[in-house]
Amino acid sequence: MSTLVEHSAAAPQSMAQIRRIGFQTIIIREFHRIVRIWSQTILPSGVTATLYFLIFGAVIGSRIGPMDGISYMMYIAPGLIMQAVILNSYNNVVSSFFGAKFGKHIEELLVSPLPSWIIVSGYVAGGLLRGAMVGLLVSIVTLFFTHLPVKHPVIVVAAAAMTSVTFALGGFLNAMFAKNFDQISIIPNFVLTPLIYLGGVFYSIAQLPAWAHHLSLVDPILYMVNAFRFGFLGVSDVPVIVAFTIMLVAILALFSTAVLLLDRSSGIRE
Amino acid sequence: MNALSVQGLTKTYRNGVQALKGIDLAVEEGDFFALLGPNGAGKTTLIGIVTSLVRKTGGEASIFGYDIDRQLEQAKSCIGVVPQEINFNQFETPLTIVVNQAGFYGIPRAIAHQRAEKYLKQLQLWEKRNHASRGLSGGMKRRLMIARALMHEPRLLILDEPTAGVDIEIRRSMWDFLRGINQRGTTIILTTHYLEEAETLCRNIAIIDGGRIIERDRMSNLLRRLHSETFVFSLRQPLTAAPALERYPVKLIDETTIEVEVSKQENLNDLFARLSALGIEVLSLRNKVNRLEEIFMRLVEKGAAA
Repeated sequence: MSTLVEHSAAAPQSMAQIRRIGFQTIIIREFHRIVRIWSQTILPSGVTATLYFLIFGAVIGSRIGPMDGISYMMYIAPGLIMQAVILNSYNNVVSSFFGAKFGKHIEELLVSPLPSWIIVSGYVAGGLLRGAMVGLLVSIVTLFFTHLPVKHPVIVVAAAAMTSVTFALGGFLNAMFAKNFDQISIIPNFVLTPLIYLGGVFYSIAQLPAWAHHLSLVDPILYMVNAFRFGFLGVSDVPVIVAFTIMLVAILALFSTAVLLLDRSSGIRE
Repeated sequence: MNALSVQGLTKTYRNGVQALKGIDLAVEEGDFFALLGPNGAGKTTLIGIVTSLVRKTGGEASIFGYDIDRQLEQAKSCIGVVPQEINFNQFETPLTIVVNQAGFYGIPRAIAHQRAEKYLKQLQLWEKRNHASRGLSGGMKRRLMIARALMHEPRLLILDEPTAGVDIEIRRSMWDFLRGINQRGTTIILTTHYLEEAETLCRNIAIIDGGRIIERDRMSNLLRRLHSETFVFSLRQPLTAAPALERYPVKLIDETTIEVEVSKQENLNDLFARLSALGIEVLSLRNKVNRLEEIFMRLVEKGAAA
């Protein structure tokens, strides 16, 4: 082994540079992970969306009348895209962060000079990236089955991005608390999926009886799906401003909690 | 300036185990420092606190003057750590692992690639740079963790049993490598179970036991404290009983092997003359135990008895 090691004579990096490059590095690492295991991260949502459109759109949907004056296939399209965004943003962060915790390589980040808010932001950006990639794929699949107008592009992008960030943060918190792989699949399977299905992806809550209508209003995903749908189709069961307020409050609360927990290192540091 | 300064450091885990009971320690800049202790003595806890993987219960610690409570980011940017357990993503390649690690310390990607080539070559991992790291041998994995720790060219390198499970040839080449880094100005703190390693490499030493520093001295001073050494002689002709050698306690191990205790006041020339006078022909000679090992055992046993 050679001993030609140079002790660093370079100027020390500023903390701002460390944070900027550190943040970029986490995103690059997450991107490589998403691409490396594309058959687990990207492909399934495309297949699932195709099946949804074939079954609920073409087979069953043809027998269902228009919803809010819009063809059923077109009505469910934004909800199906949002479902993919939610599940993939959540799953990306929960599996990547828990994997790092389980494999102990989270220590690479914990011993580095990166502050907790950068680490959380990096993982969330990874979730946002996968949410965007999968959202784009499902949107392309959608166009094979139905025309999809975009009435308010800014609202479409903002609703998708804020929803993605919200659930990426949710995935981060899940991974912080999880002790084994079972505990990272419980929330997506038993909480997120029911909330998505009951959150107006496949129907308008205006068609529900009063009690179910009121019950649906406590489902936060309802607001996200409707804001997204409003961006495309210009129809929503709830005021869009309420939807964005809920997402903003959720992001601030979840981000603060995630940073606080990582600072205290619950379940990570001893 | 001290590379590491620790005062009154305590750590009590949630299960009530008191791992550190008020540690005071200073490691000077440029030193090659050995931190020794039996299993469970508190070495890894101490390193964990310094690298922020373990939260301290009390006391203070600083790295090159940066307090880990008030200037944690600055303190951490000075440290490179090679942990005891493998802790890189084994699905990633060595090149990806070291380049990403540089990024976490703010090293631009182009520079990170240059350094990756330099350190992976020096640690004989360049040929494996694009292989999945889970396929590397144990020694390669340890060397990869050293390369990773050097990517931001830290002022303080902490190695927690870096040569555990590594064969002797690789271990010795790693010693040369670490000596080179130290000579270039990097302060090194080393924990190891191979006391020969500490004796060969380190200038200063602290022995930790039961959460307390029980000895802190220059290596040469510590070794000087040995009052006697035991040598093992291999003989050409078999003996039936231990030979009588005035002032030298002798033990017959088998018919062609004897152990002789030689005090600091005696010398080996005299001993050889006495053996020759008895017609005993010596084929070879070696120390019974490593000198540092002997002192280490005495100190730890004394601590346990106290």
